[in-house]
Amino acid sequence: MTDVIGYILITIGVLFDIFGCIGLVRFPDVYNRLQASTKCVTLGTIMLLVGVALISGVGPTASRAVVCAVFILITSPTAAHAIAKGSYASGVKLWEKSVVDKYAEEAGKKES
Amino acid sequence: MKLIARRAIYFVVGLIIWIFGAWPFTDGKIDIQMFVAGVIAALIVAFLFHDILPREHHVFVSPVRMFWLLVYIPVFFYYIIKANFDVVYRALHPKMPISPGIVKIKTNLKTDSAVTALANSITLTPGTLTVDLTDDGFLYVHWINVKSDDIDQATKHIAQKFEWFIARIFE
Repeated sequence: MTDVIGYILITIGVLFDIFGCIGLVRFPDVYNRLQASTKCVTLGTIMLLVGVALISGVGPTASRAVVCAVFILITSPTAAHAIAKGSYASGVKLWEKSVVDKYAEEAGKKES
Repeated sequence: MKLIARRAIYFVVGLIIWIFGAWPFTDGKIDIQMFVAGVIAALIVAFLFHDILPREHHVFVSPVRMFWLLVYIPVFFYYIIKANFDVVYRALHPKMPISPGIVKIKTNLKTDSAVTALANSITLTPGTLTVDLTDDGFLYVHWINVKSDDIDQATKHIAQKFEWFIARIFE
């Protein structure tokens, strides 16, 4: 039974990873792409790892998978934040149809 | 003196985490190789990174905070799953219904760890990505579907549902 749940989780996780990649290709600028890649890949990979842990049962593999899942949950949003801030600092523009950019004021303040 | 004490505490904590984390890896035995590797890793962490760890770490060991953390985890995962369906919908929709922008929101949280937790929660939840934060409690958030560029309205939409929990866990 746990095997079946594990395989279902792996399937859903891989599907989320694929959708995240589709979003990564389709979205217009780096910030929207980060949204797709961060969210979908985080959940997809965590589901994959939990599925692996369920299938392998209590043991070395499962504990490693759980440790990796926690690590990804903490580091993935931090990395996305670093990439977003870094690309803004190095002058990557928002998509031209973007509605509002409050951050431009702050960045302008720092330069002057 | 205080600095050395802090480093020693981090060393011991790191070693304990290593042993408890490594124990299942070695099929129930802790061998000398594992232990030496743990000592080296804990030394590196304690001596290089003692000043980037949160200063107010002692407050986390409290049953009330642990309780709210346990309540927060399912809520958090609910929002993560919601966020994923949101992104999948926007990515697969032929017309791509997005109107992105960077908005400014205000937070009342004070401590470093609380603001970090809030920023990470915002990044993993529907349509929002933290870009930067200022020292006086404002966060710049990239929003995939901007509903309002007013500070108060945006704060209400993005941060309010987490602030309540995070204030109870980390402050």
